[in-house]
Amino acid sequence: MNEQNELNRNPLIDAALKLYVILAYLFVFAPILASFVFSFNSDRFPSIPLGHFSTEWYRAVAADPLVWEGLRNTLGVGAAVGMISTALGFGAAYTDYRYRFFGKQVYLALALLPPTIPVVIMGLAMLAYLSRIDLSGNALSVIIAHVVICAPFAMAVIRLRLSQMDPSLEPAAWNLGASEWATMRHVIIPFTRPAILGALFITMAVSFDEFAIAWFVSGLNETLPVKVLGFLQGQVSPRINAIGTFVFVTSMTLVILAQLLLSGRGPATDKE
Amino acid sequence: MRRPVSLYGLTFSLPLLIWQLLFFVFPLVFLVALSFWTVRNFRLEAGFDTVNWVTMFGRPVFWQAYATTLAMAAGAAALTSALAFPCAYAIAFKLSPAARRWAVFLMVIPFFTSYLVRVYSWQVFLSDVGIINVMLGWIGLGPFRLLNTIGATMLGYMTLGFPLVVLLQLFSLVFVDRTLIEAAHNMRCGRLRTVFAVVIPSARVGLVIAALFSFILCFGDFVSPIYLGGGDPTTLSILITDTTKSGQQWPRAAVIALTMIATLMVVAFLAVRFAYKGRTK
Repeated sequence: MNEQNELNRNPLIDAALKLYVILAYLFVFAPILASFVFSFNSDRFPSIPLGHFSTEWYRAVAADPLVWEGLRNTLGVGAAVGMISTALGFGAAYTDYRYRFFGKQVYLALALLPPTIPVVIMGLAMLAYLSRIDLSGNALSVIIAHVVICAPFAMAVIRLRLSQMDPSLEPAAWNLGASEWATMRHVIIPFTRPAILGALFITMAVSFDEFAIAWFVSGLNETLPVKVLGFLQGQVSPRINAIGTFVFVTSMTLVILAQLLLSGRGPATDKE
Repeated sequence: MRRPVSLYGLTFSLPLLIWQLLFFVFPLVFLVALSFWTVRNFRLEAGFDTVNWVTMFGRPVFWQAYATTLAMAAGAAALTSALAFPCAYAIAFKLSPAARRWAVFLMVIPFFTSYLVRVYSWQVFLSDVGIINVMLGWIGLGPFRLLNTIGATMLGYMTLGFPLVVLLQLFSLVFVDRTLIEAAHNMRCGRLRTVFAVVIPSARVGLVIAALFSFILCFGDFVSPIYLGGGDPTTLSILITDTTKSGQQWPRAAVIALTMIATLMVVAFLAVRFAYKGRTK
């Protein structure tokens, strides 16, 4: 940047600011790194000095049938949430891209607002409403609630991709005699495929970490994060670190996959 | 592209609309109805009774929790914004584009780590025999009571809001017109004065929205106040979880939830109006 010389006049202040940035990232990553380190530490009550290296917490977690059940629920819910919210988000993104209609602002508000409502309130509202229509206390209720908060993320990701598409592409296909459905199948879906997959992974990752609404509505079918909340309430133990590290690795894998798809050689790979 | 409503168009636009109406709007509307229902013999009875509103609003505990939550969330929003700003500023103006991309990528990572695990991790730092007290012990200080304090709750709130605030501030700062800053420098405007008189006003919308998001997140969070603050002082979110989970008093919890939504709407309205004040001129 050419104006940088003009802006960076005092090296002392610059150094101080850069040090501050490092400290800020230390603050953000301290709990994440500590969780990782202590998940391999032998002490029952983690602190420093560290005990010896041990995988006993991983073994304890792996031997706990409740954790496995939670993991199964989490994965099942996550997969369903990912697919449903991506499908709904795609529809909404395409609607926003293509149509102008009366009440569009309201439509977009409905599509984007849910994540801004505090989770305790969503949890309570969902619990009361779903138990009224006999849908609460099972994995289905968690799926329903998670789709509400995940679909907006899917929509945002896919909408971004659609805005990169040449607006004349779709009319061109129509002029060549393709029906709307054929154009959707052969032009729009191939073009947005990276974003669709990216949205799938991101919504799955959001669902993996969501614990509050799931805690309210899940009943006996607890997901893994709800189990962690249970650990936190009861016998606090380094098992949380082991689960946390595992979930972190899973989520990050999904996010990095999404990132590769989104930033990756998009248009080039889309050629039929 | 104005076209008549077609089956094709509806296939894509309706599913989300129906889903969000059924499972987002209706639950929130139902919350309003629920707040007028009553609980008899552990069973919900439909009806129209203002007893829950009267009971909850008549309790000093409720108003105490309300004031606490409002003050702590506002404090957290101010503190997080103030501490995040130098970081966002430095990333926006002092780092190379490549370093900036890395900084953004790293700040996104916390969104995909479990908030619960991070809070548990802070317990490990803050407990009486935790990392910080052990380190203080090496230089002959402490141990101090760090866990179950308001400070610990604030730390948890920061954990929740800091990455988002940095990112939102950053996105508004990178769009600040750099020629304005140069002009200020050329006119011998001091460093700090440039920040306060040029940079902050130009990025006001983003900064206010960032603070608003931090407020919303902290206002509704029940994890930090319980597991870092020790549940004392009680916040509205703790009150909701207690009333729902142990008390089975859903109508009263609905009263708390609706009060929170109303408060958030007022705060959001004021914040947005403040953010865009004078913008349209």
